Amino acid sequence: MTYSYYKNMQLNNIIFVYQGEVTADLVSSILQMMENKLEGDGEDKKIKKKVFNVMVECLQNVYHHLDTLEVGANTDSDINDRTALLMIGKEEKDYYVITGNHIINSRITNLRDRLEKVNNCDKNELKALYQTILNDGELSEKGTAGLGMIDIARKSGQKLGYDFHPVNDKYSFFSLEAKVARV
Amino acid sequence: MIEPLKIEPTHKTPKVYFDPQNNMFELSGRSIPEDSVGFYKRVLDWIDEYSQKPNSKTEFKFELEYFNTSSSKNILELLKKLEKIHSDGNDVHITWYYDEDDEDMEETGEDYKALLSVPLELIMKVY
Repeated sequence: MTYSYYKNMQLNNIIFVYQGEVTADLVSSILQMMENKLEGDGEDKKIKKKVFNVMVECLQNVYHHLDTLEVGANTDSDINDRTALLMIGKEEKDYYVITGNHIINSRITNLRDRLEKVNNCDKNELKALYQTILNDGELSEKGTAGLGMIDIARKSGQKLGYDFHPVNDKYSFFSLEAKVARV
Repeated sequence: MIEPLKIEPTHKTPKVYFDPQNNMFELSGRSIPEDSVGFYKRVLDWIDEYSQKPNSKTEFKFELEYFNTSSSKNILELLKKLEKIHSDGNDVHITWYYDEDDEDMEETGEDYKALLSVPLELIMKVY
């Protein structure tokens, strides 16, 4: 069993994986650990910064989202925890950061629209979009700025991968994948 | 004169060194707290007080390594307060430092410059 986990992770170039509750302290610890790893691997300073930036946004994005998620078994469809999946991989050409968490179905349309919009923008359009939202957007109560996805796309320089996997009549599992080229 | 504001840097929050008496204003390091509003409230409140009676010339230095999007909005608020001090007829000069290999930090400096009328100079740090 253990060997198959190991081989599977190795085969998929996964250097870090976490499944469980996401707290602020946990996010900080992961970031610190991954920063040390990038440093230890002697990764190019420019790439290291990009990967770190994308990790910060992706992980904090999940943290803030889970914080707003109402949990508790009121009905059979309700989920009982604020758990998520956090994964970091290092392939020959790219680093990738994957996050997965539950999302209420009614929020899917809005999120999908935002992701499609970001993926349809070129570099300059992303810059313009970022500036507009930075200037006009209000900070939410949680201090989030609505800039996360745009920032990830800008720093990644590649399209964002995403998926909504239906769980039940109330929730889906949302996954987001951001890549950073190693060259 | 208003008391200086000095906050030591941490893994997640920047160094803040606002000292009007010596005309030194610096925000540097990393700004990646989950709760950026909590951190920046103190900083923005201080600037509000300073703007009541600012120095005739304010030299403000940003030297950030990393910051998250939640901080970016607060940094814009800070810059807008400096812009106001400038439009009130005071001399304000902002310098935005970035590493030579950090095009993202350079771009962010450009983003802010595009949104503001206060003089903002981008300076590349060469090693």
